[in-house]
Amino acid sequence: MMHGNVHKIAASRCIENWFRIESLTSESESNRIVRCQEIPTPHKNGTKDCIVYIINTITCSPAQCLDASRPWLCFWILHSLELLEEPIPAAVASDVCQFLARCQSPTGGFAGGPGQHAHLAPTYAAVNALCIIGTEEAYNIIDREKLLDFLWSVKQPDGSFVMHVGGEVDVRSAYCAASVASLTNILTPKLFENTTNWILSCQNWEGGLSGVPGLEAHGGYTFCGTAALVILGKEHMLDLKALLRWVVSRQMRFEGGFQGRCNKLVDGCYSFWQAGLLPLLHRALFKEGESELSRQRWMFEQQALQEYILLCCQNPTGGLLDKPGKSRDFYHTCYCLSGLSIAQHFGNVDLHHEIILGREENRLAPTHPVYNICPEKVAQAVQHFLRLPVPDVNKQPAASAGDRPEDSASTSGSADHQS
Amino acid sequence: MSGVEETSNEPVNVKEDKEFDVEAEEHIGDDYFVDPTRYLFYRDRKEWADLEPVPQDDGPNPVVKIAYSEKFSDVYDYFRALLKNDERSERAFALTAEAIELNAANYTVWHYRRVLLQALSKDLREEMRYITAIIEEQPKNYQVWHHRRMVVEWLNDPSEELEFIADILSQDAKNYHAWQHRQWVIQEYKLWDNELEFVENLLEDDVRNNSAWNQRHFVISHTTGFSDPAIVEREIQYCLSQIKKAPHNESAWNYLKGMLQDRGLSSPPGLLERVLELKDTHCSPYLLAFLFDCYEDALENSNQKENVGEEERKETLRKALEICELLAQEKDTIRKEYWLYLGRSLKSKSGISSPSDESPEPSVPASGQQEMS
Repeated sequence: MMHGNVHKIAASRCIENWFRIESLTSESESNRIVRCQEIPTPHKNGTKDCIVYIINTITCSPAQCLDASRPWLCFWILHSLELLEEPIPAAVASDVCQFLARCQSPTGGFAGGPGQHAHLAPTYAAVNALCIIGTEEAYNIIDREKLLDFLWSVKQPDGSFVMHVGGEVDVRSAYCAASVASLTNILTPKLFENTTNWILSCQNWEGGLSGVPGLEAHGGYTFCGTAALVILGKEHMLDLKALLRWVVSRQMRFEGGFQGRCNKLVDGCYSFWQAGLLPLLHRALFKEGESELSRQRWMFEQQALQEYILLCCQNPTGGLLDKPGKSRDFYHTCYCLSGLSIAQHFGNVDLHHEIILGREENRLAPTHPVYNICPEKVAQAVQHFLRLPVPDVNKQPAASAGDRPEDSASTSGSADHQS
Repeated sequence: MSGVEETSNEPVNVKEDKEFDVEAEEHIGDDYFVDPTRYLFYRDRKEWADLEPVPQDDGPNPVVKIAYSEKFSDVYDYFRALLKNDERSERAFALTAEAIELNAANYTVWHYRRVLLQALSKDLREEMRYITAIIEEQPKNYQVWHHRRMVVEWLNDPSEELEFIADILSQDAKNYHAWQHRQWVIQEYKLWDNELEFVENLLEDDVRNNSAWNQRHFVISHTTGFSDPAIVEREIQYCLSQIKKAPHNESAWNYLKGMLQDRGLSSPPGLLERVLELKDTHCSPYLLAFLFDCYEDALENSNQKENVGEEERKETLRKALEICELLAQEKDTIRKEYWLYLGRSLKSKSGISSPSDESPEPSVPASGQQEMS
């Protein structure tokens, strides 16, 4: 059976163009870009022709809805390109750095766009994007001292983190905080005091983890909680057996892809959030002394997931999506590709076994199951930041997550404001 | 006015009048002859003339540019101006609603709106009406639910919540934000009394609603708990009755196991037998997995019990491994790797040796091959 290509070059051009629409109009005929407001008839062998999808500029268009998520767009796109092994032009990389610098808040952390308040999600995305770029310029963008201030400003006494000052709590925040703190070497045990226990309290009767204690187990939150615990070195405190049973049960026997919650529908993005748990659990169980783990395969059906992604989740003009009938977007492109990479690559540098469905061109670069950027970029960033001293910040967690009138509306606040 | 069409008489007349009638201009105002429902950019509004709009600072070489509509840019240029000055005014408050409508995910705007709500001592009941409408339009957004929670907290009044959330759930019975808000309200204000009934109604509508099963677990664990054998028996009966109606409903099986796993699946006497009864007529991969779990539990617990003979343990292990094999090769092949691993793992941990021991993958690393670091 012919398995669909990822149309790697078409996909990557599509993504790359998103960065700078203007500059590419001077390209030669073979790289002609069509600006359009809807998806035109797909080109069958469109590896050279590029089609740029410009979102309609009507009120509540999807693009405007992402105005507070622009570092995410940078990460989704850069990570997709690195998985596709498409090099990032140096000028583009530099422009991304400078843009993310404008998203950095004066009080630390990164915001959804210039002038907005810092938020853990775009902070995670920005740091990951900068680590993918991996140049000195990129690393130097991050103000580590202020970043640590920001993390303290969102830390709660019970171990959880709010997503932003005056914002909501859920387990994503712990992952975002742990991810950026560990990559940039600003992690201290005090910063994550009680966090382990809070995350553990999110594991429920189903075996998976919920967004906050008490809720339904959910793939996105389960990934965040588990990966955060791996970073903190505490993953063994989970009921790994129950978690393993829950996550393998999320693979759909007919579709091959993963659902986010029991009895819900398949979605391409869970190819990463759910399947990405298997490498984490494999390693955790191994560390626990499990002797019967496979040395060739993860404990999910890798071929079936690849089939679902390649056959059901591709837009013929480039980009990936949730399920057939849905439209493409950069979030699904990133996470479908990330899941495809997980499904293709077993093991690590020392022990590596590949299962590539279809042509060799379908092979993606491996991704790190904790950070979801390429392992070399993780190593390079960690190595860079380990040479720098951990900032000396003596802080207490924020007393409350409220929005107080005495706080200036124009800043995201800092721990100093707290009583 | 050369640009005016000849067919439209009234505007021509009116405009000509306005041109020469200075006094009328003062009384009438700029917008009089303009369609009052026409949208005016903030940059054209007199009342905003004192404020200098702040364009977005994307820098000289912006990336991930969003194609903003003119309206969007205009509103946010003025939002940024207000933010810069930390203006606390009615007009600022009104503008936040427009900014929210254009992008309800802009958490900076929501934060500012909350600061204004307090600084201006706004009517929180009216804010409840506002946020109710916004959530109805955009129920899958984080910010709107968090905002509602803040208003409810400030009012210290949860009286509308259960009904409101029920309405949202009637449109999407699995909305994660809705359930999160519901659990918060119930726990914060101790509104447990009718929740089990609410859950049962939802399960009547859709026995496969996993969110409802989770809520069931939530209510019981925070009220009666699962220690009381009478409660456990009631729940077992409930599960088995739902399973008989819909045998391939994973939620019911997960609930059954989830409820019992801390105390051990073999703890309720006769449970294994009751499940075995269903094996012929209501079989499913979930039933088989449950049987496996019962056998595994029996093996683990029989390690401590002296009255369980070696033969009995061997037989239990055999049955467990038989199910693993059945699931891996036939009944649940998508999880083949997992079931094979479980079988190997159980065998290895049971300490029971068998003459025909043949594991497909060696448990001792071959020389030269390193395990995952």
